[in-house]
Amino acid sequence: MVAGYRRVWRSRIVLYIFRLFCAAGVRVRYSVFSLARNALGYHRGWSRAWRSPEPRPRYDVIIIGGGGHGLATAYYLAKNHGITNVAVVEKGWLGGGNTGRNTTIVRSNYMLEANAHFYEHSLKLWEGLSQDLNFNVMFSQRGVINLAHSDPQLDAFNRRGNAMRLNGIDAVLLSREDVARRVPLLDCSPTARFPIMGGLLQPRGGVARHDAVAWGFARAADAHGVDIIQNCEVTGIRREGARVVGVETTRGVIGAGKIGIVVAGNSSRLAAMADVRLPIESHVLQAMVTEPLKPVLDTVVTSGATHLYISQTDKGEILMGGDLDGYNSYAQRGNLPLIEHVVAGAVSLFPFLSRLRMMRTWGGVMDMTMDGSPIIGKLPVEGLYMNGGWCYGGFKATPGSGWVFADTIAHDRPHPLNESFTLERFNTGYLLDEKGAGATPGAH
Amino acid sequence: MLLIPCPWCGARAQTEFGYGGDASVGRPPDPQQLSREAWLDYVYLRDNPRGPHLEWWYHAAGCRRWFRVRRDTLTHEVLVSAPPGEAIEDGSP
Ligand SMILES: Cc1cc2nc3c(=O)[nH]c(=O)nc-3n(C[C@H](O)[C@H](O)[C@H](O)COP(=O)(O)OP(=O)(O)OC[C@H]3O[C@@H](n4cnc5c(N)ncnc54)[C@H](O)[C@@H]3O)c2cc1C
Ligand SMILES: [Zn+2]
Repeated sequence: MVAGYRRVWRSRIVLYIFRLFCAAGVRVRYSVFSLARNALGYHRGWSRAWRSPEPRPRYDVIIIGGGGHGLATAYYLAKNHGITNVAVVEKGWLGGGNTGRNTTIVRSNYMLEANAHFYEHSLKLWEGLSQDLNFNVMFSQRGVINLAHSDPQLDAFNRRGNAMRLNGIDAVLLSREDVARRVPLLDCSPTARFPIMGGLLQPRGGVARHDAVAWGFARAADAHGVDIIQNCEVTGIRREGARVVGVETTRGVIGAGKIGIVVAGNSSRLAAMADVRLPIESHVLQAMVTEPLKPVLDTVVTSGATHLYISQTDKGEILMGGDLDGYNSYAQRGNLPLIEHVVAGAVSLFPFLSRLRMMRTWGGVMDMTMDGSPIIGKLPVEGLYMNGGWCYGGFKATPGSGWVFADTIAHDRPHPLNESFTLERFNTGYLLDEKGAGATPGAH
Repeated sequence: MLLIPCPWCGARAQTEFGYGGDASVGRPPDPQQLSREAWLDYVYLRDNPRGPHLEWWYHAAGCRRWFRVRRDTLTHEVLVSAPPGEAIEDGSP
């Protein structure tokens, strides 16, 4: 009886506080209650998720690039370090770069020590990200399976799996039967063009909704006072002596104490504005979707031999990506030979795909480094930092990258998790070449 | 599909070719005397231009010869090609 009263009162008080918030025009927390309340008003009462302010004359920190990494950096600068006089300057629209073009695979199945710890930190952040941002990023831990098509490849997976487990990361070696059970539509027959010998599974890997990641970080950063300025291209970096003092943009000069370059495929261009050359080439990577289907594939499957990664989106489309087109490119579109190559691999592994129609293909500009690992740290100009060189794998790094980059900017030194990702490693020889492909960016 | 102009065979589909990367990077004449910074520059650092780019292509499924192409990395337009050692429009070796 008494407990019942208490419950009623508690819910009344919660409702009252909630009404007060709404009346005061405070940013509404997204919840089942705000959804219900807005449903009553035919969803016409939602406020904008972030402001669109005019640029102020000066900021403590300017982040160039409004992709997931730039927005995450701004969010963690505010949240973890109390630095809120921050602007994110984006030449187009939020997430219009690779953040909105990728195949959204999230994993931490790396072998090299520095990569393993960094990506695992990022994966842990993903696991609490929707709650932290109060924005559903639709992170779905449906597992990521790397297919082995030969015995040596399975041995290599065994080695990588053990390295992962020693670093506290989940990894399961799968037999051919395990793979066949988990992925019933995969051709595991003995006559398959690419025989399935087994696989390496990371159960905690999965996918997330790419746009939601950009929007969630933008909304949460804005709530901390970060200015998000879209349609504003940076055209120059101003220096006084050895220090940066601001950026020139299509909307005028904006002063800055510190500047972070987070522009993915355009990293070389931005660094060149401060006379820094990078060990990076820009290449185009394509992806594509089929028409939507009923659920048929409930995990992520990748095959190094056929250059394919494949999953099914929440809309039902089969989403596929493959290799780079293979030549330097800043065009956000690729060519048909690569699409044919990806589709050929996909159809050989999943014969049922041959009857589907392709809906869309698109491309993004990848910042390919000379060792296949990212560069997160200081550049040789005071107050200038960069976060780039993500190759094809930066989406999964989004929260972790923002986390360590914010820490690097706040303290003007790398966080322990990105100490190995410096630009200097190319001079000292401490490379992080996960694949052992050498100084050929197109091969990573 | 890109059409790559092989100086010997003419314009052929891109699938006949291999790509060899930035052709403006010259192999150092005296590697024994090279400083670490010069090695860094040669092995790793690239201009990575958004626009005309001089690059190596290899006619793998054709005459199997290497040559250079100047191609725009933003539009993918192929501007000019030349055999190794021969001047390419602006006189660069
Ligand atoms: C087809 C494809 C598939 C991929 N698949 C995966 C995957 O499955 N898993 C994974 O982990 N990763 C994947 N990636 C890689 C991943 O998308 C990227 O590494 C990551 O999204 C990069 O995020 P970002 O914020 O650094 O870059 P972006 O999202 O590209 O943001 C950079 C922003 O900088 C802006 N900018 C550029 N120049 C300027 C300027 N001068 N002034 C102002 N703004 C500027 C751009 O407009 C852009 O919005 C894939 C990429 C592609 C293209
Ligand atoms: Zn030829």
